Amino acid sequence: MSLSWALLVSLGLACAGYLIGRRRAFAVAGPDVRRLHSRPTYHGFSVALTSFIAGLAVMFIATILRMTGTLDVYAGPIWGWIVLAAAILGLVWGATRIDSGYKARNAVERMVMGVLMLCSMIAILTTAAIVLSLIFETGHFFQLYDWKDFFFGTEWTPRFQGESELGILPLLWGTLYISFIALLVSVPIGLFAAIYMSEYASPKVRSFAKPLIELLAGIPTIVYGLFALMTVGPLLRDYFAQPMGLGNSGSSVLTAGLVMGIMLIPFVSSLSDDIINAVPQSLRDGALGLGSTPSETVRQVVLPAALPGVVGAVLLAASRAIGETMIVVLGAGAAAQMSVNPFEAMTTITVKIVSQLTGDSDFNSPEALVAFALGLTLFVITLALNIVALYIVRKYREQYE
Amino acid sequence: MYDTTRPETAVSQQDTKISARNVQVYYGEKQAIKDVNVEILDKTVTAFIGPSGCGKSTFLRCINRMNDTIDIARIEGEIRLDGEDVYDRRVDPVQLRAKVGMVFQKPNPFPKSIYDNVAYGPRIHGLSRNKADLDGIVEKALRGAALWNEVKDRLHEPGTGLSGGQQQRLCIARAVATAPEVLLMDEPCSALDPIATSQVEELIDQLREQFSVVIVTHSMQQAARVSQKTAFFHLGNLVEYGDTDDIFTKPQDSRTEAYISGRIG
Ligand SMILES: Nc1ncnc2c1ncn2[C@@H]1O[C@H](COP(=O)(O)OP(=O)(O)O)[C@@H](O)[C@H]1O
Ligand SMILES: [Mg+2]
Repeated sequence: MSLSWALLVSLGLACAGYLIGRRRAFAVAGPDVRRLHSRPTYHGFSVALTSFIAGLAVMFIATILRMTGTLDVYAGPIWGWIVLAAAILGLVWGATRIDSGYKARNAVERMVMGVLMLCSMIAILTTAAIVLSLIFETGHFFQLYDWKDFFFGTEWTPRFQGESELGILPLLWGTLYISFIALLVSVPIGLFAAIYMSEYASPKVRSFAKPLIELLAGIPTIVYGLFALMTVGPLLRDYFAQPMGLGNSGSSVLTAGLVMGIMLIPFVSSLSDDIINAVPQSLRDGALGLGSTPSETVRQVVLPAALPGVVGAVLLAASRAIGETMIVVLGAGAAAQMSVNPFEAMTTITVKIVSQLTGDSDFNSPEALVAFALGLTLFVITLALNIVALYIVRKYREQYE
Repeated sequence: MYDTTRPETAVSQQDTKISARNVQVYYGEKQAIKDVNVEILDKTVTAFIGPSGCGKSTFLRCINRMNDTIDIARIEGEIRLDGEDVYDRRVDPVQLRAKVGMVFQKPNPFPKSIYDNVAYGPRIHGLSRNKADLDGIVEKALRGAALWNEVKDRLHEPGTGLSGGQQQRLCIARAVATAPEVLLMDEPCSALDPIATSQVEELIDQLREQFSVVIVTHSMQQAARVSQKTAFFHLGNLVEYGDTDDIFTKPQDSRTEAYISGRIG
């Protein structure tokens, strides 16, 4: 029996356990259910959970053993039966514990808490594992490649034969340049859209315009990428770059930045909207009551009150821009270079992580391992941005509570 | 404090500042104000009293057209300020509100410094020619609100850092600095402790020398202390309006009598 079947069957067993447990509890109680410490449903749940947790625990151990190689990959079927046996044992043990004094309710509470705790631990441990593996591989990379050349090198020319130049600066430059343009597009438009929605639009307009803006957030980034590649890139080249003599590249920083900016508009606007709505109505009334126009109210009272939150929203948008990949691949190209001309092709850290790992190069070469160093750098940057943003947003929330 | 021995003619000599004719207010289908007629005098404190939900705030907010900001609110009838209908097409609510200031139930200082809070109105209405001028207006308004001595050394600290009573006096100073002709106050003391309340009441008595004050209050003692005229509202109707003394000593309507003797409300 395979593990997945074993899982299904032990789920069935758990259901059966619930019914058996409840039935037995009723039987033990006799005519007066109040003799029981816990209500019969709790006895049912207690049996079901004992059975299921026993099966799950065995399955977990089997998976770990299989991952570490102690256990043969093909040992699945045998373990399926073992899991099933554990579930049945759990069921029987659970059922025999039932009597009028058994504290099934407390047991269920404990088991539920245990399951919840386990889930949060899984989330935390995975994050830790990801970071650790990044750090570990990055350390490996710095044994093969000087960290000073990585952090301060201005050339990015990986070669398969070795002797590569792997300086992060051109990639960092591209990342920041594109993100900057994206923010330049998304922050004013998103913020002003949010102001319109929350301060000016009538409820009727708001009820259809807001979902429309949020629809933008549901478009997969690859679709934005295609839009950049097929429409925005050629447009910018034919009508701006070439006539102005600024190059004739179809992919450019500006293309990726513009399209990424459009992608971020709903993100910025829905965050700003929440923040602007959190500004108490009494402040608006106060300003209007003194004879302010609506725009004076927004500019002088609502926005200053919302400013810290808006800054937080901008930082969150920035960390999304920095991590974006698809739009850059299709919009900005893959040329690692440092230039100020926005009509030139450039590239970002994320794009190079992909290209370093999808080539044919040996996984232990610096050319491949550099991806982890890039990833770690990116992680640190976005983590810092997120921490600062969350700190600002939280501080702002406290102000009005 | 209100002096009960003052001759009645002192009140009736004042000119009419605001006159309301057949005012009806609807929130959607629901009628909140029913055919209210009232004359509010200049340089007088007028109190609106009545059980909660009877429409006091609603009527108050009609006078400076704050109800315009509520989508479902609809107003009929006319309200004249110095003879001019405030709901006339040609009247700009922004200019109207500069003339008719408002203080709200909950202190609502802007997230700005104390100085900038008070200077807000004069700045947007261009009431000062230079910095010294503005400094003068701010100081005068803060003195007027009996707050100057407490804040003169911390004018550039945030207004939100003051105590509740100080915040409310700051909001009064903010309204006074705009040099209004009428000041509307919606339960200005309901969030304040007794000491702050009596400070604000004293202040209201002084403000009467400069302009007409309309105050909504749920406290009959307060109405008796600060006002010369009282209007009693009940279920959207203006039941009785007259000199404060008369309303509290010899009410004409049985509902007024029931309310002031504590039987309704
Ligand atoms: N914004 C509003 N929308 C709908 N109904 C309202 C609104 N404001 C007040 N009302 C209703 O109008 C009536 C009068 O309210 P209000 O003027 O606030 O009374 P008061 O200030 O005397 O307590 C109440 O029944 C209240 O429910
Ligand atoms: Mg009210």
